[in-house]
This record gives sequence, structure tokens and C-alpha cells, in this order.
Amino acid sequence: MRFLHVLIRIFAIMRKEFIHIRRDPRTLAIVIILPIFQLIIFGYAVTSDVKHLPLAVFDQDRTAASRALIEAYRNSGYFDIAYYVSTHDEIAYLIDAGLARAGLTIPPGYSNRLARREQAEVSFIIDGSDPTIANTALASASAIGQAHGAELLQTALRRGGTLPGLLPGVEVRTRVWYNPNMRSANYMVPALIGLILQTLTALLTAVAIVREREQGTLESLIVTPIRSVELVLGKIVPYVVLAFMDMILILVVGTYWFHVPINGSVTLLLALAALFLMSSLGIGLLVSSAARTQQEAMMMAFFTILPSVFLSGFMFPIASMPPVLQWLSKVIPLTYFLVIDRGIVLKGNGMDILLPQVTMLTVLGVIILSLAVLRFRKRLE
Amino acid sequence: MTDSPIVVEADRLSRRFGPIVAVNELSLTVARGEIFGLIGPDGAGKTTVLRLLAAVMPPSSGQARVLGFDIRHQAERIRQAIGYMPQKFSLYADLTVIENLNFFADLFNVRGARRHQRIAELLAFSRLAEFTERRAAALSGGMQKKLALACALIHNPQVIFLDEPTTGVDPISRREFWDILSSLHVQGATIIVSTPYMDEAERCSRVGLMYEGRIAECDTPDGLRRLTPGELLAVWTPQVMQARRIAAALPGVLEVQTYGDLLHVFVHDAAAIAPQLAQALAAAGVPVTEIKRAQPRVEEAFISLIVGRRAAT
Ligand SMILES: Nc1ncnc2c1ncn2[C@@H]1O[C@H](COP(=O)(O)OP(=O)(O)O)[C@@H](O)[C@H]1O
Ligand SMILES: [Mg+2]
Repeated sequence: MRFLHVLIRIFAIMRKEFIHIRRDPRTLAIVIILPIFQLIIFGYAVTSDVKHLPLAVFDQDRTAASRALIEAYRNSGYFDIAYYVSTHDEIAYLIDAGLARAGLTIPPGYSNRLARREQAEVSFIIDGSDPTIANTALASASAIGQAHGAELLQTALRRGGTLPGLLPGVEVRTRVWYNPNMRSANYMVPALIGLILQTLTALLTAVAIVREREQGTLESLIVTPIRSVELVLGKIVPYVVLAFMDMILILVVGTYWFHVPINGSVTLLLALAALFLMSSLGIGLLVSSAARTQQEAMMMAFFTILPSVFLSGFMFPIASMPPVLQWLSKVIPLTYFLVIDRGIVLKGNGMDILLPQVTMLTVLGVIILSLAVLRFRKRLE
Repeated sequence: MTDSPIVVEADRLSRRFGPIVAVNELSLTVARGEIFGLIGPDGAGKTTVLRLLAAVMPPSSGQARVLGFDIRHQAERIRQAIGYMPQKFSLYADLTVIENLNFFADLFNVRGARRHQRIAELLAFSRLAEFTERRAAALSGGMQKKLALACALIHNPQVIFLDEPTTGVDPISRREFWDILSSLHVQGATIIVSTPYMDEAERCSRVGLMYEGRIAECDTPDGLRRLTPGELLAVWTPQVMQARRIAAALPGVLEVQTYGDLLHVFVHDAAAIAPQLAQALAAAGVPVTEIKRAQPRVEEAFISLIVGRRAAT
């Protein structure tokens, strides 16, 4: 019976909070616009990735091998095969006119040279007017060539060919794991899940609680039999729901727009995100007990986000920070969640590998949340 | 709840905010079945006293019991048993009337048929029945106060604390509100209500006049009226300030107070002074609409009380 009353009270707060959310366009705007905004900033604008550059192709070879190379360029996503041309002049014209940003010429005899295991050369022209794009495009162009060469090698080996020393157009030395195309979106989008979860829950819970104090409704709540813990739970749950909706939004956009492959278990990711939320909610509650107005709460919540952005390894690698900052990064929950998050998405890590981070996240979460709940007093001061 | 006749018992209760002493060693007893009025100007400490008694805020020092429960250590017991309506509108503005009522019914565990019946009753007496789907923000000031009262009464409390329920409300709604309080009182509730309006003292069974964190005087409205010095002459004139100067200079005048174009002159012997005053005013060329003897009000009692204390210190 007691327990039933507790549930009824928590549900009453939750229902009320959902009504606020539904009727307050500002909250909805934050929930929808914030992740999209951050995705664009971090997943897109900040990346020096080059995508869909129009490419003019002059294929003088016209064999299965040359078409396979062109396909490799197309599949990379860096280039769109915009034109097939039949003279060098056409390439020059298209680039001059800005209709193409790059030109690829495959000389006659390309496939024969490959078959003879000789160095096969293709030539690549890039529009250098934007050096950043050009640099990246050149690097990608040669990387694609190398990757394609490596693939040819593997096919040859599988067919039982002899082991060659050096193979056509292949440099075996550099090799990047997990993110062979070095796409920064692959690195940033999973990290954004962590950042957005933290921003959203800390900000919205802080504001939602301070609003009760600022508008005087807390005084009405205080004289009801509701307990602090019930009040906090009822206020938190709706924002956890919103946070998970945002997380799913980011995963969908990440997968279908940024083509980030999710190599690990989504269930594990969601479960550990819930663990991570403990500390974010705790931070939000702590902010709410310190701030007097909603504006103050918003400022303070954003202020707690800053160290998370700069010290957690979200923007800069922790290993290259000065020792003091490295030490600081160890008490920032996002640091651990980023390892978990990137590990699951990029490397397909499981619980076995992530156990140290999960442990630290649990410890931090329990400490922060208990502090926050203990500080939360059901009375005016 | 106890059956003791004493509902509120405060003993040298104090509350400080930094350097400000909002409530200063205040002692107070309220018996079951009273309408106790806490009356005083803005900043007197009324809100703070009610917050302390409703266990919304802890005191800096002193003791108090409400229904026998200690305000420091048995706050939850007090909250279950009382109804408290804060001064500031403190319901959810974006929730409708019925959503607000249901919300507080949930929190107070008023459910099923009991809730249904209680909400119907509350809507009827607050005359909000036709506005159930309206958002609280869209209600008039008077209706908001009535909704706040309805929410505070959802669990049918026998002791009700109301903080300035009639401030900022039009005169008709004020009257209506007091009628509601009277009917609650008739049904057996004990009411502790604060107000800055002296005329509302008349509707209380007992009144505490509050000033600078203390209860300066505590009595029935009749008892308080007897505190005013001497008898009262009311003078209506368009030139109040001049009239005031002349009246104050007259021998036998104890005190003069102004209210718009109305002058209240306290004298030892109204029958003797009235003609002298009329003469003096006429001599100075001050036009007088009317001079007559009047009943002193609680307001006058309060002012002369405070003026007297100030002079004494
Ligand atoms: N929460 C608070 N913080 C600081 N000062 C306060 C607070 N509440 C009241 N006061 C101060 O205490 C005094 C009494 O205020 P209050 O109890 O609201 O009086 P009243 O209700 O009679 O107008 C005022 O000087 C007021 O400024
Ligand atoms: Mg007040």
C-alpha cells in the first residue's frame, strides 16, 4: 500500500513533467535542435573530410580492371563519377569551368601491366583552388589506389599465385585500423552520443528543478507528502526518456547520413549509456541546488559541459595533454564513456574489454548522484 | 492529529535572513476553531511566520508545534495534516484547472470516488466548474487564488494556513473569498490567515497585529478597537494637508491620520472639540464637506499603536 502511494506520487510528477515538455516549445526545441546542431558542427563542419567531389574520368583502358578501379573511387564516397570523357582537353575544360574538381586518367595497357605484375600508373589531377580540399582529396585518391591494389593482391593470393615482393602500385607500409578511410565522422559521431546525452540531461533536469523554485511551485510541493527522492525521480525520468530518444536519433543519423558503421552491440551501448546518465543527472541536480534562476542554471550547466568537451578526449587526445589535465580528465565521466562508446561503435568491443571504464563510470555515477540527492532538500532556505 | 484545543503554539520563534530579522522572538497560540488573522504591512514578517508554521522553512531559533507536532522534527506529519496556500501563485500555470487539482490529489493520495466527490465540491465552492479545461495562466487573479485554495484543500485538512489570499484581488473577489473562508470555518476548520488589509480584521475571531517581525498586539477585533486613544472625528475636506496642520495644533487633539481626502482626528471629547475644529478650519479658509463622529477601525488602532511605540523608543 505504501509502495503504491510512492509510485502514484512519482507518476504524478512524471505526468506533469511530460505535460510541461509537450506545452513548452523551448524544451522541445532544445531536445530536437541541440543534437542536430551538434551533429552538424562536430560531425560535419569540423571534419576536413572531403565528400562527393565531382570527378571526371578518362578511361583509355576500358577493361574490367579499369572499371573496378573507377568503382573503388565511387564507393569511397569521396568522389562522384560525374563525367566520362574521351580526351585530356575535356578534363581540363571541366576542371576550369568548376564542373569537375578532379580528373582521373587511366592509360591504355593498365590491365595488361597489372596482369604482368608491373607498376600500373594512373594519373590524377586535382583542382587546387581550395588547398584543404585538394590535400585531402589527393591523400584520399592515393589511399584509394593503395587500398585497391591491396585488394588485387589478396585476390591474387587467394587464387594461389606466387608471393610477390613488390606489387603494382601497392605500398604495404601504412595501414590504418578500424577506420581505414580516416573519416573523422566515424570518430566524432559516436562521441557525440556521449556529449549530447550529458548536455541534454544535465541542462534539462537542472532547469526543470530550478523552474519549480523560481516560479514558486516548489513551495506547493513542499507541503505535500512527496519525498525528495520521489520528486527527484519523477523529475528525472522524463528527461532520461528524451535523452534516449535523442541517442536513437543520433544513431540513425550517424548510420544513414554519416555512414558510421556500428560494429558492436547496440543493446550494450544503450545499457552503458544509462549508466553514464547517472553522473549527468547528478550533475544536473547539483547545478539545480546551486542555481537560483533558470538562466543561472543554464549557464552553470553549460559551464560543466566545457571541461567535458576539452578534457575528455572528445576534441583532443588525452595522451598529449599536460599531466595536470590528464589527471583531471580521470574524474570526468565522459572520458570513460567516450572509450566505451567509440570502442563499441568502431571496434565492436564487448564488456570484457570495457570493464575498467564501466567500473570507473559506476563509481563516479554513484558518488555524484548520491551527493546530489543528499544535497536536495525538500524545503526553502 | 490530537484532540487538544491548541492548534498552533509558537514560543519565541525567530527567523533571520543574513542581517534581516524577518521574525523576531514571536510567540503565539491559536485554538481549534479560530479564524486567526495575522495583519500587518508589507515586510512585517507574515509570510515568514506562516512558512515556519507550515514547516516549509526551518526557524533560526525558537520552538513551535502545530497540532502537537514539532515544526523542526515532524515536518512531514504537519504537512499531511494542514492545508497551506502560499502568497505567490504557486500552481502550474501551463496545466489546466483540472490537471492541477488531479496532480495534488495524486500527491495527497486522494483517489477513486473520494477524489471525484472532493474535486466536485471544490469546483462548486470556488465556482471554477466551468473553467476546468482552462490553463491556470489564463485565469484572473481572483480565480487563480481560488484554484490555489482548492488545491490546498484537496485532502480536506482541518487546519488551513493562507498567506495573503486577497492581495491583488478585486474587491468583489475579496468578499467572495472571505465568504468561502467563513463557510470553511463554520464546517469546523481552524484558519490562520495573513493580510495587509486592516478591514479584513473584522472577519477574524482574533487578530495579531504584526510589525517588524513581532506581534505588537493580539486581541479580538473589538478589543483592538478599544486600543485607540479617545474618540474619533472624521473630517472630509479637499485640502487635507492644511486641515491636518490646523487640527493637530488644536488643544485636546491626540492624534491625526489622513486617508485620501479623509482626516481622522482622535480627541478626548468628540462633542466638545467638533465645533471648535469646524470653526478653526473655517477661519483658515479650508472648505469642509462633512465632520462627524465615527467608529474607530482596527487600522486606526494599529497606526496609533505603532506611532505610540515609535515615540516611546
Ligand atoms: N527568502 C528570503 N530571503 C531574504 N529575505 C527575506 C526572505 N523572505 C523574507 N525576507 C525578508 O524578511 C522580511 C519579512 O518578509 P515577509 O515575511 O515576506 O513579510 P510580509 O509577508 O509581511 O510582507 C522582509 O524584510 C523581507 O525582505
Ligand atoms: Mg507576505
